[in-house]
Amino acid sequence: MTHATATVDLMRPPFPAEPGAGVYSNKLGMWVFLASDVMFFTALIGTYIILRFGVSEPWAKPNAVLNVPLTAFNTFLLICSSVSMVKAFAAISQGDQRGLRLWLLLTILAGAPFVSVQVVEYIKLVGHGFTPAGYREGSLLAEHAVSDAVKYGAATSGLYGSTFFTMTGFHGFHVTCGVISMTYLYLTKVLPGKYSRQDYRGIETIGLYWHFVDLVWIILFTIVYLI
Amino acid sequence: MTSVAATARVPHAHHDDRSFIRKYIFSTDHKIIGIQFLFVSLFFLLLGGLLAMQMRWQLGFPGKPMPGGGLLPETMAANGVILPEYYVQLVSMHGTFMVFFAIMPLLVGVYANFLIPLKIGAHDMAFASLFVPEGAIRSGWTNYAPLSARPDLSGVTTGQILWCVSIVVLGLSSVMGSVNYITTIINHRAPGMTWFRMPLSVWALFITAILAVLALPVLQGAAILLLFDQTIGTHFFDPVAGGQALLWQHLFWFFGHPEVYILILPAMGMVSDMIANGSRKPIFGYHSMVFAIIGIAFLGWLVWGHHMFMSGMNPTLGSSFMVSTLVIAVPSAVKVFNWMGTMWRGNLRFHVPMLNAVAFVAMFVIGGLSGIYMAATPVDMFIHDGYFIVAHLHYVLFGGSLFALFGAIPYWFPKMFGRMMSERWGKVHFWLTFVFYNFTFFPMHILGMAGHMRRIYDPTQYEFLKPYQPMNEFISVSAFLLFATQLIFFVNFWWSLFKGKKADLNPWQDNGLEWSLPSPAPHGNWETVPRVYRGPYEFSSPEVSDRDYLPQHEKRPTDREPASATAPAH
Repeated sequence: MTHATATVDLMRPPFPAEPGAGVYSNKLGMWVFLASDVMFFTALIGTYIILRFGVSEPWAKPNAVLNVPLTAFNTFLLICSSVSMVKAFAAISQGDQRGLRLWLLLTILAGAPFVSVQVVEYIKLVGHGFTPAGYREGSLLAEHAVSDAVKYGAATSGLYGSTFFTMTGFHGFHVTCGVISMTYLYLTKVLPGKYSRQDYRGIETIGLYWHFVDLVWIILFTIVYLI
Repeated sequence: MTSVAATARVPHAHHDDRSFIRKYIFSTDHKIIGIQFLFVSLFFLLLGGLLAMQMRWQLGFPGKPMPGGGLLPETMAANGVILPEYYVQLVSMHGTFMVFFAIMPLLVGVYANFLIPLKIGAHDMAFASLFVPEGAIRSGWTNYAPLSARPDLSGVTTGQILWCVSIVVLGLSSVMGSVNYITTIINHRAPGMTWFRMPLSVWALFITAILAVLALPVLQGAAILLLFDQTIGTHFFDPVAGGQALLWQHLFWFFGHPEVYILILPAMGMVSDMIANGSRKPIFGYHSMVFAIIGIAFLGWLVWGHHMFMSGMNPTLGSSFMVSTLVIAVPSAVKVFNWMGTMWRGNLRFHVPMLNAVAFVAMFVIGGLSGIYMAATPVDMFIHDGYFIVAHLHYVLFGGSLFALFGAIPYWFPKMFGRMMSERWGKVHFWLTFVFYNFTFFPMHILGMAGHMRRIYDPTQYEFLKPYQPMNEFISVSAFLLFATQLIFFVNFWWSLFKGKKADLNPWQDNGLEWSLPSPAPHGNWETVPRVYRGPYEFSSPEVSDRDYLPQHEKRPTDREPASATAPAH
C-alpha cells in the first residue's frame, strides 16, 4: 500500500460509507463555505462596479488618495504568506514537524503585519479626511478636492469612501479570522505535534481558506488600488 | 469490517447518561437540535399569526377598537384602535417572522437537521457543533431603500439596525447549517445509499442547502451595506449622494427569489415521501422528480428580476426575466403530475400526513398558476403590489409550505418523541384549516383584481374599494376562525407530547431508514452502520407477499451486499 492511500484512509470517517466526494469532510465543508464566501464578495464587488460605473462624475484617481506603494508591499507580504502556507502543508504531508512549525509561524508572521499595515493605513486616511462617508468637511483631502475636482473625484467621494472601506474592511476581517485560527492551531495542534503524515486535515483546510483570502486580495488590489 | 452485523435487527437504544442541560440545551445531537428548532419556530409561527390577526382586524373593521387593543400602549393603538405606524410594523414583522423565523427554520432547521442523518444512515452530522442560535428582530421584510437606509425618512433607527444585524447572524447560521447538510449528504451516506436511492426529502434538502449557500451571502452583504448606511454614514443606497436605491432591490431579490424556493423545495420533498406512503405505491417518475428539483432551484436562482418589473427596468431585460420565470412552470408541473401519477390507482390511506400532503398539491397548483400570471410582465403591471400578490404568496407559503409541515409534524412526531399525535383531532384540524384557509385567502385574488393595494392601512378611504369592504370583513372573520383552528393543533401537539399513544418502530409502515430505529431515535442513531439494498419507495412490491412495504435496510435473499460495505476502509 502506498503512502497516499494510507493517508487518505485515516482521514475518512471511521465507518463504511458510500463513495462521496473523495475528500474528507472538513475539506469538502471548507470548499462549500468558500463557495458561499465567493457569493458574499461578489455582492460587495458587484456593488462597487455598479456604483462606480453608474455615476457620470469622475471617480478619484487611486494614487491621489491611497498609498499605493505601501499597499503593494502589503500585497507582496500576503503572497509570500501563501507560499509559506504551501511549504507548511508540503512539510507535514511528508511528516516534517520542524518544517511545519517553521513555515506556519512564518505564515502567521506575514498575515498579522498585513492587518496591522491596513489598520495604520485606515488611521492615516481618516486623518487626512477620507472616511466611509466621503471627504470630511475642512480636511486636507476636501481642500484638494476643491482645487482639483477631477483628480480627487470631488462629486463621488461618498461612494468612494463607502466602497473602499467596506471591501477592504471585510477582506481585512477575513485575514484577521485566518490569523487567529492559524495561531490557535499553532498553539493547540502544531506545537504539541498532533499533526502527522496520516492526518493533517486542519492544516490543509486552513490553507484553502488562506489561499482564497489571498486570491480575493489580488482582485481587490487590482480594482481598488490600480484601476 | 466483519464486525458490522446484519442490520435487519433493531439495535438497542444507547445508554445515555448525560445531564438534562447537556442533553437538551447545549446539545450537539442533530435530533435534539432539530427539536429545538421545532419549538422555537412553532412559537414564532404563533406570534406571526397573532400579528396577522391584528392586521385583519384593522382591514376588516377599520377604525373600530380592537378587542384587547386596550392592552397595547397608546403609541401602537389609541383607545384600542390600531395606528397607521403600528399597522406598518405589523405588516413588516408578520412577513419577517413568518419567512425567516417560522417557515424557513421549520423546513430547513427542523427537518434538515432531524431527517438527513436518519434518512441516509449517518451517526450524526459531519460537523455536529456548527450551530449559531438565531436572534430576535423588529422591522421590515423587504426593507426597500432608501426608506430603510435613511432614519430621517423611516423614523426608525434601532429597529432597522437590529433587523440588519439579525439578518447577518441568521444568514451566517443558515450558511453554516447548509455547509453541514451538503457535506453530510455527500460524505456520510450509509453503504448502499447511492444518490438515486436517496428519499426525495433528502434530495430536496440537499438542493435547498446548495441554493442557500449561493443566495444567502448576497443578502448578508446587502444587509451589511444597509447597516453601514444607517450607522457609519456610507452612501450605498442614498440617491442624493450618488448611491442607487434600486441596487438594494437587486441584491435583496437575488437572495429573495431563491429564498421562496428554499421555503417550498423541502416541503415538496417531504410531501413526496408522504404521498408515496399514503398511496402505497412507488413515487411516479423518481428520476424526473430529482431533476425537477434541480431545475427549479437552478432557474429560481436566476429570475430575481421578475420582482422588479415596475422599477423602470429595461423592457428587454424584463422579457428575459419573464421567459425564464415562465419556464419554471415546466419542472413544477412535472412534479404535480408525478404526485398525481403516484396517487393514481394507489391503495390510498388518508392518514393526517397524507391529507395534508394532498392539500399541499391542490393548493400548490392554485398558487403556482397565479404565479404564472404575475411572471408575465403585462399582467404584473396591473397586479403588482396588490392583493393578488398577497393571495399568491399565501397560497404557496401557507397552502404549500405550511400544509406540508402540518403533514410532516405528525408524520415524524413518533420518531422525535416516541408518541403519536391524535389522528382524530389531526383530521378535525386539517378539515377546518383547509376550509377557513381557502375562505381567507381565495377572496384576496378578487380583491387584488379590483385594485386593492398591498399594505394599505384603511381600504375604506378609497371610493372604489368601499363596495369590497364586506369581502374584507368576510376574510377577517375567516382568518380569526383559521387562527382559532390552529389552537387545536397546538393542543394536540402538547397533549400528544405527554399523553399520546406510544409509537412502535414503524407506525406508518414506511421504508425509510429512520423507521428501523426505536421511537424516539436514540443518541448516536445506529449501533452499527445500516446497509441499504433498494430505493425508498418500494411499496406494494411483488417481492413480498405478507405486507405492502419493503424497507430500504431489509436484505432479501436476492440482494447483494453494497460494494462500499466491504471496501477496504479501515
